[in-house]
Amino acid sequence: MEDLFGKLTLQALPHEWFTIGGAISMTAGGLGAILLLTYLKRWKWLWTEWLTSTDPKKIGVMYITVAVFMLFRGVLDAVLLWLHQVLAGGGQGYLTADHFQQISTAHGVIMVFFVAMGLLFGLMNIIVPLQIGARDLAFPFLNSLGFWLYVAGAILINIFFVFGGEFAATGWLAIAPLSGLEFSPGVGVDYWIWSLQISGLGTLIGGINFIVTILKMRAPGMTLMRMPLFVWTTLCSMILVVSVFPILTMTIILLNLDRLLGMHFFTTGFGGNPMMYTNLIWMWGHPEVYILILPAFGIYSEIVATFSGKRLFGYTTAVVAVVAVTLLSTLVWLHHFFTMGADANVNAFFGIMTMIIAIPTGAQIFNWIATMYKGKIRLTTPMLWFLGFVATFTFGGMAGVMLAIPPIDYQVHNSLFLVAHFHTMAIGGALFGLFAGISYWFPKVFGFKLNEKLGQYAFWCWLVGFFTSFVPLYILGFMGVTRRLDTYDPSTGWQFLFLISLLGAGIIALGIGFQLLQIAVSILKRKENQNTTGDPWDGRTLEWSTSSPPPSYSFAVIPTVDDRDAFWTMKQAGKPISKPIFVDIHAPKNTASGIYISAFALIIGFSLVWHIFWLTVLGFLGVIITVIVRTFNDDTEYTISASEIAKNEEKRGIYG
Amino acid sequence: MSIKPTLLLLISLLFLIVILVVFFITTQDVALLNPKGYIAQKQFELIKFAVFLGLFIIIPVFSLTFFTVWKYREENKDKNFFPSFGNDSKMQVIFWLIPLIIILVLTIITWKYTHLLDPFKSVASEKPPIVIQVVALRWKWLFIYPEQGIASVNFVQFPKKTPVQFKLTADEAPMNSFWIPKLGGQMYAMTGMQTQLNLIADSREEFSGSAAEISGAGFGKMRFTAKSSTEEDFEKWVNETRSLGKELTQYEYDKLLKPSEGNPVEYFSIYDDLYNVILAKYQPQNGSQINHYNHTNY
Ligand code: HEM
Ligand SMILES: [Cu+2]
Repeated sequence: MEDLFGKLTLQALPHEWFTIGGAISMTAGGLGAILLLTYLKRWKWLWTEWLTSTDPKKIGVMYITVAVFMLFRGVLDAVLLWLHQVLAGGGQGYLTADHFQQISTAHGVIMVFFVAMGLLFGLMNIIVPLQIGARDLAFPFLNSLGFWLYVAGAILINIFFVFGGEFAATGWLAIAPLSGLEFSPGVGVDYWIWSLQISGLGTLIGGINFIVTILKMRAPGMTLMRMPLFVWTTLCSMILVVSVFPILTMTIILLNLDRLLGMHFFTTGFGGNPMMYTNLIWMWGHPEVYILILPAFGIYSEIVATFSGKRLFGYTTAVVAVVAVTLLSTLVWLHHFFTMGADANVNAFFGIMTMIIAIPTGAQIFNWIATMYKGKIRLTTPMLWFLGFVATFTFGGMAGVMLAIPPIDYQVHNSLFLVAHFHTMAIGGALFGLFAGISYWFPKVFGFKLNEKLGQYAFWCWLVGFFTSFVPLYILGFMGVTRRLDTYDPSTGWQFLFLISLLGAGIIALGIGFQLLQIAVSILKRKENQNTTGDPWDGRTLEWSTSSPPPSYSFAVIPTVDDRDAFWTMKQAGKPISKPIFVDIHAPKNTASGIYISAFALIIGFSLVWHIFWLTVLGFLGVIITVIVRTFNDDTEYTISASEIAKNEEKRGIYG
Repeated sequence: MSIKPTLLLLISLLFLIVILVVFFITTQDVALLNPKGYIAQKQFELIKFAVFLGLFIIIPVFSLTFFTVWKYREENKDKNFFPSFGNDSKMQVIFWLIPLIIILVLTIITWKYTHLLDPFKSVASEKPPIVIQVVALRWKWLFIYPEQGIASVNFVQFPKKTPVQFKLTADEAPMNSFWIPKLGGQMYAMTGMQTQLNLIADSREEFSGSAAEISGAGFGKMRFTAKSSTEEDFEKWVNETRSLGKELTQYEYDKLLKPSEGNPVEYFSIYDDLYNVILAKYQPQNGSQINHYNHTNY
């Protein structure tokens, strides 16, 4: 019996307040959802309309939904951490050092892998096919699989509340040798390993899918240099994914071999080399931050052009800038460990490479300003997010350039200054961009706009809250405060700044409150903000040429593109659209295979965390059998008949 | 929200932040802005320089952005909407040139200062550097003075105006990072490796030092005091420590190897070249490493 469950024993069940709390709230939430669905008799609807769907627009919405739930978790973690740090200034916080470090690790992992990446993949799923005039991604089934692997990773990172009560206490990159068995004997790091491994696989699959889609499935006439900038940035970001996620996967495999089989890749003794881990993880880790920021650049480009009523200024240089950033971002990883004792030549080289990234980035910011110049600027919520981005990102960029000068970095590495830098980039850059994108494309997906007023309140709370909470961190960094500090002496006088910072977190929480309210109010009053044309913002790119929400087949007839800003030129030409001849469309059927495979992957991950090896074998068998069954299933498409499409399209009344 | 109050709010917010920040950093003892040694001093100068250059980009970007939004906002009737404006190649060149020039300047500075402030390079001085070997343990810092024959835990003293050469390694501990903000920073301490950090203190003072890299439960309390004193004080302290401190035998060292949080300051006299023994422990050809996972047994 002992062996049957590996290391999983009764002691592993929750018995500390924070795991019990987590377990109870998760169970209650889950039960609540189940009861509600049963009561509303929505199970079948959920399964057929959503969970098994291969429609990228629906998968996108599911990605965003999961990411938003993870955002709640991540913010809750952050508030717990901040509160502790404030209280620690009075002598004693309420968390043990170990809990504190676990929460801070979980916070980072969740925000990067499950919030930012989730929102990103969500938006890309919804928008990229529409922008290139494609009905679907190249591999619809893989898309569904990628999403469900992401969900499996998200589940795995949360179930430690119930099983084991312990997460990695190693920092979000599980830096070695701290993450080795010698210093982290518990299951926490194993949860980290497997949740990243599984969701990382999903990311990689998604990356390949988007690259193929963008390269192969563009509408006729859409040359590479006519692609909207969001498509370009997605392409570059996904090329980075495909280039560097395998490094992450391999690194984690090696770490896992150390832990599971007692090997010595990254251990302190027996020829292991922890510095190798540091190098490998940052070879992935630095490009990862650009994977997040590049699509945000794309989103801003779309928004600025639309709301200025102008073409993007300097499109070609913008593309050059994006490609340059992509290439350069793979050549700078060493700036994360200037302090590991490299030669001055090496440090200087990597410092300079890093700073060079600021050139295309800076040029791009000027391009956006020039796009607004002589435009007709509408200050809608998405536009406000963009302006907020300019304000925060330039600051963060300056901090980044400081960090890129090795002698300065020696002084602020691993300090709260660094923490402030990357939160400025990740929140003010990536997250603001994703929020901008969500408010911009929301009416496309749901057919009504989000409430403007509440959106703007939310924005102001985020912006003010952001500065309130992170400016103090820059100063604290200069005062010599290191990151992830669970305790400090009251005599240091740091508490005051931590308190201001917590206040800022409160303002941000208020902003999140407004966002939730915004969604609720917008749904309740959707009649008022309804958009029937499919083009609520006077848009420029192809996604606005479809109805809102778009039909499952997106485009009744694949459009022909003859310029950049394809939809805008069509509108300018102003000729009535003659009624086309509709033909049958073949669309991918729903499939549950992705769900099954991911469920088995979850079982594999879970069983490897706990060393329940018979279960691992079953999990692998499950995956293999599902894949085989899926492979022999030829009946994966269905036909939408021409008459059905004609009937549907007539309703839009756009044909002259 | 219409643009006027918005803009007012923004500008006043910006001013408020700037005033508060300036007030705070001038009235408080902000370590990096109050450097107490040559290295930290130079690093501070670099910080000032980088901020100054950064403002060259931030101020134009901010003012251009807000000017443009203000001028070309939809409500403003007296501006000229010119939608086809979009490919002015002169402007594009300028857009690339501005950051290019700034980064070029920074590149030169970076190259120069990275070599000048190379942590492995002794600080120039008439006096020869004093060597202090530092071992990151779980979770305390062990300082070994090979020439003086003493060792201390979580406390390090050295004469002012004398270059200090810290040689860093770790033993049975995760990677750590050694940092004395007021003197300059930071260098990793890793098992089986030796890194260096050369610093100097200008005045007599007690500095606080920390472990900057997460290394497990006791990492937050892994702090130490670095005291720079007069030459005589230092001699006195060395002599006292040598005569009063207990001998750092293998037994005592094994006790230090056991994880402890918030370890108090301790003083030792040392028996042999402990530091190199520690380093050698991790050399692959050295059999002694076999013991190193179960040190607690002997
Ligand atoms: C102008 C562009 C940028 C420059 C010059 C820059 C520079 C740097 C440098 C030198 C570091 C290492 C500092 C250290 O560890 O001591 C760093 C850390 C970091 N940066 Fe940036 N950065 C830039 C843009 C970004 C962007 C766009 C993001 C994210 C969206 C980002 C996210 C991060 C993160 C997450 C870390 C630290 C992670 C960690 O240590 O846990 N940076 N940056
Ligand atoms: Cu980086």
